Amino acid sequence: MSTSINLPIYLDYASTTPVDPRVAQKICDHLTLDGNFGNPASRSHKFGWKAEEAVEEARSHVANLVGCDPREIVWTSGATEANNLAIKGIANFYQSKGKHIITSKIEHKAVLDACRQLEREGFEVTYLEPSEGGVITIESIKAAIREDTVLISFMHINNELGTINDLKSIGELARAQGIFFHVDAAQSTGKIEINLADLPVDLMSFSAHKTYGPKGIGALYVSRKPRVRIEAQMHGGGHERGMRSGTLPTHQIVGMGEAFRIAKEEMVQDTKRIQALHDRFYESVSEIEEIYVNGDLSKKVGNILNISFAYVEGESLIMALKDIAVSSGSACTSASLEPSYVLRALGRKDELASSSIRFSFGRFTTEEDVDYTLTLINHAVERLRELSPLWEMYLDGIDLDTVDWQTH
Amino acid sequence: MAYSKKVVDKFENTINEPAKYNVGRFDPKELNIGTGMVGAPACGDVMKLQIKCERQGNTHVIKDVKFKTYGCGSAIASSSELVEMLLGKTLEEAKEIKNIDIVEALELPPIKIHCSVLAEDSIKQAIEDYEQKQ
Repeated sequence: MSTSINLPIYLDYASTTPVDPRVAQKICDHLTLDGNFGNPASRSHKFGWKAEEAVEEARSHVANLVGCDPREIVWTSGATEANNLAIKGIANFYQSKGKHIITSKIEHKAVLDACRQLEREGFEVTYLEPSEGGVITIESIKAAIREDTVLISFMHINNELGTINDLKSIGELARAQGIFFHVDAAQSTGKIEINLADLPVDLMSFSAHKTYGPKGIGALYVSRKPRVRIEAQMHGGGHERGMRSGTLPTHQIVGMGEAFRIAKEEMVQDTKRIQALHDRFYESVSEIEEIYVNGDLSKKVGNILNISFAYVEGESLIMALKDIAVSSGSACTSASLEPSYVLRALGRKDELASSSIRFSFGRFTTEEDVDYTLTLINHAVERLRELSPLWEMYLDGIDLDTVDWQTH
Repeated sequence: MAYSKKVVDKFENTINEPAKYNVGRFDPKELNIGTGMVGAPACGDVMKLQIKCERQGNTHVIKDVKFKTYGCGSAIASSSELVEMLLGKTLEEAKEIKNIDIVEALELPPIKIHCSVLAEDSIKQAIEDYEQKQ
């Protein structure tokens, strides 16, 4: 095996990405006395003016990547805060219009838990089942809409599966009914084109650290046409036109701006290269017997690939792949000791959910990384199946569903 | 999940040298074989343990053991550890093995205690199966 390869290999880009060196440089330029360190809210001196200028330039970069007006971008501490601000902000502001919200079972916890909180405050929430392929169907939304539905919230790209929701159709449906539409787009930026000028979306959440920017910074798009209003969740100095108070972290904001500027510039070549890596990986891995792709291959992005290796438990596979950084839907890798709720919502049996590994590729993934990973996977799956009583039963032609298991 | 070095080593040795670590199967129909299988796929772990015994005087001695385990790293390490404890023991001695012995040998974290319980259940069941055949 190649010795020039850097181990461990990082294939968990959907979890977070390293900061692009160009972004890191930009951040460093906005920290120290000889840099642009000022408070963007300081109106009385040049330090403040210069910092404000940098923040506004970054805002334009973000707006430019997603096709909106810079005045529609509100800085937040990340996508979690953006999701909270959007969902609670709409619910609180428009509660006289209605108290029903529609979302799905495969949303990020930041959306699900914000909705749970609203339920405690007297709102009603419908959690839609996704299709078997991991997308939300228009029919299921239509069936769930009520007279008092005030907000629909779905993710653009699912973080575990990479599946893509059809924002245009969902948005048109929502708009025709006068319902606000929020989209969690934390996984989308730099991976798929977003043109808000052309999309019937009212609010959209973004994160910097999934797109080679720093952690701790994100943004919420709040549409101006049609005008959408939200109730602030963080009160203070009235920053961000009152929607989100708190001194703007100039260095993080310019980091996000630079990351999104680069994403705009390099998206086409990046996604093309990553799709090729994905295809190379998938072609080879699909030769392994009894593997299942989670999420519809024809409706997903190329940077995320979620596979269940039947009869092998996910945590043990991750342990056997110690030179590869990936994540698993196994209960044993989660704090809740439950297998992935996303895979279960697709109707996957618990054991297949527990056998799943999410591979996510990124800007710095090489062909050598992919090939080396494939070698390790083939080896590990073979070894763990040799060790698996379930694999033995499968080879003996025993249907595992008919076995009387002694659960404990 | 931060495992002890003992769990990691046991796991890696077992998957890298399965034959040496008694991974395999006996014919469960043989009279000198006792089989125990515990756990469930939906719970994330299944252990299958088989003992091959020989009568010596008025007792029975475990001469060989084979196992297969589907489960997390510590489930695999726990069964492998148990197998090592069983070799050469009489059935009476084997019955004395408790899950805590495995917990201590591998320094299992509290969240993984159930793996050792499963291992204890598997030997109990294997002995029961063997004794029924005698």
